[in-house]
Amino acid sequence: MVLTVKVYLLLFVTLFASLANYGFSLYEDQVGLMDWRQQYLGKAKHALFHSSKSGRKRVVVSTEENVIASLDLRHGEIFWRHVLGPNDSIDGIEFVLGKYVVSLSSEGNFLRAWNLPDGQMVWETFLQGTNPSKSLLLVPKSLKANHETVILVFGSSCLHAVSSLDGEVIWKIDLTENSVEIQKIIQHHESDTIYAVGFSSPTQFDQFQINVKSGELVKHHTATFSGGFSGELVSVSDDVLVTLDATKSNLVIINLRNGEIGILQTPIAHLIDELSGSIEIVPSKLSGLFAVKVDSRLTLVRVKGEGELEVVDKIHSQATLSDALLVSEGQLAAALVQHEGSHVHLTVKLIDNWSSNFIDENIVIDGHRGTVQKVFLHSYIRTDRSHGFRALLVMEDHSLLLVQQGEVVWSREDGLASIVNVVTSELPVEKKGVSIAKVEHNLIEWLQGHLLKLKGTLMIASPEDVAAIQNMRLKSSDKSKMSRDHNGFRKLLIVLTKSGKLFALHSGDGRIVWSRLLQASHKSEACAPRWLNIYQWQDPHHRAMDENPSVLVVGRCGQSMDGPGLLSFVDTYTGREISSSSQIHSVLQVIPLPFTDSTEQRLHILIDAQSRAHLYPQTSEAISILQSEFSNVYWYSVEADSGVIKGHSLKRNCIDVADDYCFESKDVWSIILPSESEKIIATAARKLNEVVHTQAKVVADQDVMYKYISKNLLFLATVAPKSSGEIGTTTPEDSWLVVYVIDIVNGRILHRMTHHGSTGPVHAVFSENWVVYHYFNLKAHRYEMSVVEIYDQSRADNIDVWKLIIGKHNLTSPISSYSRPEILAKSQSYFFTHSVKAISVTSTSKGITSKQLLIGTINDQILALDKRYLDPRRSINPTQAEREEGVIPLTDSLPIIPQTYATHALQVEGLRGVVTIPAKLESTTLAFAYGVDLFFTRITPSRTYDSLTEDFSYALLLITIVALVIAIFATWVFSERKELQDKWK
Amino acid sequence: MRSQASILLLLLQLFFSLLSPSHAISTGSGDGYTIYGRVKIAGNALKGYGLPGKISNIKVILNGGQRITFLRPDGYFSFYNVPAGTHLIEVAALGYFFSPVRVDVSARNPGKVQAALTENRRALSELVLEPLRDEEYYEIREPFSIMSVVKSPMGLMMGFMILVVFLMPKLMENIDPEEMRRAQEEMRNQGVPTLSSLLPGAGRSS
Repeated sequence: MVLTVKVYLLLFVTLFASLANYGFSLYEDQVGLMDWRQQYLGKAKHALFHSSKSGRKRVVVSTEENVIASLDLRHGEIFWRHVLGPNDSIDGIEFVLGKYVVSLSSEGNFLRAWNLPDGQMVWETFLQGTNPSKSLLLVPKSLKANHETVILVFGSSCLHAVSSLDGEVIWKIDLTENSVEIQKIIQHHESDTIYAVGFSSPTQFDQFQINVKSGELVKHHTATFSGGFSGELVSVSDDVLVTLDATKSNLVIINLRNGEIGILQTPIAHLIDELSGSIEIVPSKLSGLFAVKVDSRLTLVRVKGEGELEVVDKIHSQATLSDALLVSEGQLAAALVQHEGSHVHLTVKLIDNWSSNFIDENIVIDGHRGTVQKVFLHSYIRTDRSHGFRALLVMEDHSLLLVQQGEVVWSREDGLASIVNVVTSELPVEKKGVSIAKVEHNLIEWLQGHLLKLKGTLMIASPEDVAAIQNMRLKSSDKSKMSRDHNGFRKLLIVLTKSGKLFALHSGDGRIVWSRLLQASHKSEACAPRWLNIYQWQDPHHRAMDENPSVLVVGRCGQSMDGPGLLSFVDTYTGREISSSSQIHSVLQVIPLPFTDSTEQRLHILIDAQSRAHLYPQTSEAISILQSEFSNVYWYSVEADSGVIKGHSLKRNCIDVADDYCFESKDVWSIILPSESEKIIATAARKLNEVVHTQAKVVADQDVMYKYISKNLLFLATVAPKSSGEIGTTTPEDSWLVVYVIDIVNGRILHRMTHHGSTGPVHAVFSENWVVYHYFNLKAHRYEMSVVEIYDQSRADNIDVWKLIIGKHNLTSPISSYSRPEILAKSQSYFFTHSVKAISVTSTSKGITSKQLLIGTINDQILALDKRYLDPRRSINPTQAEREEGVIPLTDSLPIIPQTYATHALQVEGLRGVVTIPAKLESTTLAFAYGVDLFFTRITPSRTYDSLTEDFSYALLLITIVALVIAIFATWVFSERKELQDKWK
Repeated sequence: MRSQASILLLLLQLFFSLLSPSHAISTGSGDGYTIYGRVKIAGNALKGYGLPGKISNIKVILNGGQRITFLRPDGYFSFYNVPAGTHLIEVAALGYFFSPVRVDVSARNPGKVQAALTENRRALSELVLEPLRDEEYYEIREPFSIMSVVKSPMGLMMGFMILVVFLMPKLMENIDPEEMRRAQEEMRNQGVPTLSSLLPGAGRSS
């Protein structure tokens, strides 16, 4: 019975596949029915408030994801946004002329002006310097040089003055020859004079006096200080700078008054009693004040006169300071944010009179946002002419909050712009007694709805009707319910972000179900956690149904590879941390094993820096499972720098450590690639949970080919070391790309192929028995995609019926990775137009549905390309039998059909990865793409052959049935009458 | 003094760029070259999806994401400090299909233009990039027609029914009455039920 169903399904699939040229396409009114997109920015680095008298209030932010964006100050929505290149990190932003915002990026190389209302780039200037250096951006105040503002940019050891109107470089001074590390550019009392100050040696302070109008270097002063300098130079006011001496026990005050340099030092101990931990000067511009941070406690110090210091305030809790803000004539204020439990205490104080508070507010902030990292203050005039303040807070989880009058006006979860990885979790099963109804209110409404839909399909709907239909569809509460559905469309997406925060997103509408900052419970003196990856830990399906599913998050202390590891187990329904272990052995690799214990916890082994394997969960049951499969556990490691691929297996329990869960490993095999000719640039392996429906592939003429399906295959791509750089720097003659398919159990190279004149970057995806990879062909100067399919030849002669009868077949012989079956690899290459950012493949629950490749292009769109276009059996003139089977005639390039973009008319800015999740419904794959934006959709590679489409007209069906019933009765009446007449005859 | 010199230099550069016959794509400056180009979209109105279409959302990408730049209001873009070699420029604009462009920056004779579309190998005399075609991301709904209703499964059902109801009696009429009677006789003998006897209440009438 099951078999027949499967056969029918297969039939259907092939039927539909042959009918549909492409499986995925969308009508414009279907947008948002099964897809959603969310736009983010990343962790804010700088923020500028802009409030013109007329027009909308906005705030311009630049972020660590290289995004510059203008946000609505009232609601936090994005007016416009630009994602700069991956190497184009933003160093500073400023307003000029009241209508542009200029951004300095790429270490002071690029200066761009953006039009504030619409985000159009007005001009772009490339500033070429000589030596890499710190980059600084300064817009001198009230400087009327030919009625235009001059922008001063220091970058790559050169100081440039740039016109704000057109980006023309007015003058340029090269400060390389003096070998001075410029730290600050200071405008001297709103005059034409600016000072560029820095250190030329650890003990020498340099000051350049420059005329802004002419670009002349007026003076060059130096002063030596025997104590030496360390740390950053912080400007207290226009002519007072402060830094630390080499021993970090003295404050060094540098006075630039009257064109002379006066250096004074004061022991910090005079100001602060307890000196322990790290000491640094907070780089906030406070005009007259500066803050010293000693072991996360702040002390505010005022500089008076010729360098006398006075302690203004001591803050004992963790606190963050904003820059000083001009509130009214001569009055400067700054914001101070302190944490008090779940509250955030915001005070705005006058710089001159620190003891009085402008405002003093307590704000309740969700505890899962962590501490405040940055504060940006903005003031406005209230209707009663008093000063009101808004503060933009950047939190530890990278979220952005606007607070005003003691309340959070809006918040943005910008941590979601930097997703590390994604796993999915099922939703809870619907409990009995909880009614599902309320979806359809009553029959009449239901009928009305469908009548509207019918009108829509018949295209006789008025615009109001169309709007009503759209509304009705989007609102369908079915997709956002918090329970498991029959089709498996509703899931929880558990994402891990760079900030160490876990989010659970509902796949129906993308809302955040829960979030948890892991950082908080793991942060300590000795450990700055960095979270690496997330794994499916417990996924109850058959047994242990009453247990909640959980995920494992693996992290590491510090940046070095052998730092102590961190584990956290999180319940996916509630976001509760079930258990955690801090500061365990180091974690280099995490290998999920294909075994689960009685509570359906997946066994994992974690490899540490001494190449020992640690088993998790640490139960005796897990050990017994592992012992029974001890000799079947294999893994590999790729050392890209040295060009070595190694296969490992378990050896025995650790001898030197008394730990039952610790095992020593041994190297089974290794492949050493010659480092002078090959450099590893990409690897790809099959997904652990991929389902393959059948090993056999029926080809034309009733022939069968057997796919070589092994979970232990690794795809590896290497390029010539010379051409491993960017595309523009190599020639086809000295570049080549070599691809390997390696069995990771015995190290056998199943397939090796060289593409001469080709280079990376390589993006590859491995599925079933094939691998598809994308690379650059330098000869044709186009991108190419190749497919390699591997078939098992040893089973090929099983089609001989006689052998089957005699019993000489090997159908029942076990498939083992130790055997060396004869294999056949087929390959073909095609041109592909675009650069690729990510590549993935659809996956369905039973693996019956045909596959589509999801290609994230350089345009930040996702193209769903049918796998049938990448089939090595394509030929220019396929035979009739092949055509019937669905082999497409060969073309030199892969088609790009705009309707097959899974993202339709949307972009997923900064795309980094695409994850596919099988739904319960065989025809459907769920796809989640992440980058700066998030995008989720349902993809049906062979159309929805197993369910009715969204726009199926039930009303038409009903009308037909009614019509049929009426017709039956009518004919009955007629026939009866006729019969009666016949009888009277 | 310095500013005068730089202005002179700028003027010189401008002068040379005007003088050179083929819209200088690359001019030498230091160790790298600058690629100037322009993106031109016919019919100034850009298509917009949801939002009004903007030239500001178009990106120009060098060598698969190595560098990204944006368009000025007049459609011009430039890549600075590009080393000599063969480069690839792509244009990312929603709603349009642009062919990637191969640009040769020659070290021997700076200022020489060599650009070609990689999709159709068409050489460009100057770096003006135009979309090869528009991209339509949505299926167009077929306007309502009787045929689409007739073709749908329900339409076919209804059609067949009508066919049976109205054509079958006509067919019956055409049959020779002699034969008809014989057939009816046969049917009666075999006891094949008529339509009316199949229906409820039909038994009463017979």
